[in-house]
Amino acid sequence: MLLRVDKVSKSYGTLKVTRDVSFCVEEGQTLGILGPNGAGKTTLFNLISGDVRIDSGGITFAGQDVSGLRPHQRCQAGIGRSYQVPHPFGNMTVFENLVTAACFGARVGERQAWDIAAGILDKTGLLPHANKPAGSLTLLNRKRLELARALATRPRLLLLDEIAGGLTEHEAAELVAELKRIKAEGTTMIWIEHVVHALMSIADRLLVINFGEKLAEGEPVAVMNSPDVRRVYMGLEA
Amino acid sequence: MTATVIRSTRGSQAVIAIAAALCLVAATLPLWGEPSWMREFVEIACYLIFAMMWNLLAGYGGMVSVGQQAFFGLGGYVMLALGNFGGINPFVAIPLAALVAALASLPVSKLAFRLQGGYFSIGTWVIAEVFRLSIANVAAVGGGSGTSLTALRGISRSTRENTTYWVALACVVASLALVYLFLRSKQGLALQAIRDSEVAAESQGVGVARMKLAVYVVAAFGCGMAGALYFVSNLRISPDAAFGVNWTAFAIFIVMIGGIGRIEGPVIGAVVFWALNKFFSDYGTWYQLGLGLLAILMTLFFREGLGGFVHRRLGFEMLPTRRILQLAPPAAPATASRLTPEVTA
Repeated sequence: MLLRVDKVSKSYGTLKVTRDVSFCVEEGQTLGILGPNGAGKTTLFNLISGDVRIDSGGITFAGQDVSGLRPHQRCQAGIGRSYQVPHPFGNMTVFENLVTAACFGARVGERQAWDIAAGILDKTGLLPHANKPAGSLTLLNRKRLELARALATRPRLLLLDEIAGGLTEHEAAELVAELKRIKAEGTTMIWIEHVVHALMSIADRLLVINFGEKLAEGEPVAVMNSPDVRRVYMGLEA
Repeated sequence: MTATVIRSTRGSQAVIAIAAALCLVAATLPLWGEPSWMREFVEIACYLIFAMMWNLLAGYGGMVSVGQQAFFGLGGYVMLALGNFGGINPFVAIPLAALVAALASLPVSKLAFRLQGGYFSIGTWVIAEVFRLSIANVAAVGGGSGTSLTALRGISRSTRENTTYWVALACVVASLALVYLFLRSKQGLALQAIRDSEVAAESQGVGVARMKLAVYVVAAFGCGMAGALYFVSNLRISPDAAFGVNWTAFAIFIVMIGGIGRIEGPVIGAVVFWALNKFFSDYGTWYQLGLGLLAILMTLFFREGLGGFVHRRLGFEMLPTRRILQLAPPAAPATASRLTPEVTA
């Protein structure tokens, strides 16, 4: 078991954004997270990555309680993260974005970081853009950079927040192929995505969240066919 | 894959060679120059070092402090106390005073770092005022009316002025070299990442809080050094002169003109400031209003500053910190199918 989220809750004032959510992710697995807008999916990522502190419950990663760690410590422990809205280091080059992630996330020396960064740029198709300021990239390439930079931290667990959102059919297919390669290399992933068919093509398990609560969890097809999910998520009467 | 990375260009190497040659020429100035030139240089050196530190803080660390004069004044007073009461040569006291300012910044940071954004700016200013009022109540250093540096009495004027000049030159070169090497280093990557996005930097493994503290302490050291140097040259200190908010105001002006978040920014800004000061300072209040207006116009319409303008127009960086990945030529199409060659200047 790589990640165990145990009865985690978070409130802002009287608004409970996450209530008693528990789930586990096995090493090498891909967990897909679905849920309507405002269901608390990104909040859940913020709680796992440490951007937001949990109110109660526990988060165990690779056998270590990480709920008290700062975000950069969780990254160094092996939790890599990409944001829904890309946050590139805009004035640095694409290559430098990755070198920074490798130096501080994977904690390697600079020369080794150069090699890691160049290798990932090659794999993710960003190599032609290596020396451009990251702020000058198109949306698709910013999303790619978000993924590439997270990979440069050499994560054991990769948190992907809607990286297929806003992409064309063809671009999304390319991205899925890339994610399948990453999965095949043994990286564990949690992927929040509205593009259901993309998610279904790679996820081993699905978790559906609604109003901050776990609605369903399990094998993807079974979860998608469950009456609760069809009613809440797809807006269908079951 | 093994990456080849270019860190400097012919042009930037030439800039460093020219700068080194200029430093050597400048070092001989006492032999052929006017004493007034040396005094002018020392003054502008203090502004430059102070502005470089402010650039580091605000331009890279995102900490818009309006209270760096706290460390400037503290540096001045510690140097004076060590000289007048401790019997330490004031020139030797300059680095010691800078060290004391750096140490003082640790407890100050505990307070200041609880504040964010505009509150941080105002808070640091308030802290500087607390420093000013505290020193103004110390009778041993003349209270509110200040005192003179007596430790340099008995040394001939020319020896004193020449030594002050050389020390100022050494401080400027050391500060520039330190900032440059720091920004080129691995830690420099972290600092630039923080400048661009604090949230993302933290999520990529950069310990943002620790880095900001380090920058704050280094900036306090530099500001303390500038203050100690200024009052070695000035020979007279008072709380109003040492802890005046003017210091930070001028530093902001210098950095905005030259280009915030750029190494060469404060250097260009300091030269412009020196020229404006030389030719227009007789206009008194109007001159200061003009400086303010110019800074506002620059902020609104020309945020990259002169340094950014030169970089954009000529595509040339004087002191590059970039890491340019050399892309393989498409010689072996089998392995290099995805590698597109790209011209890098």
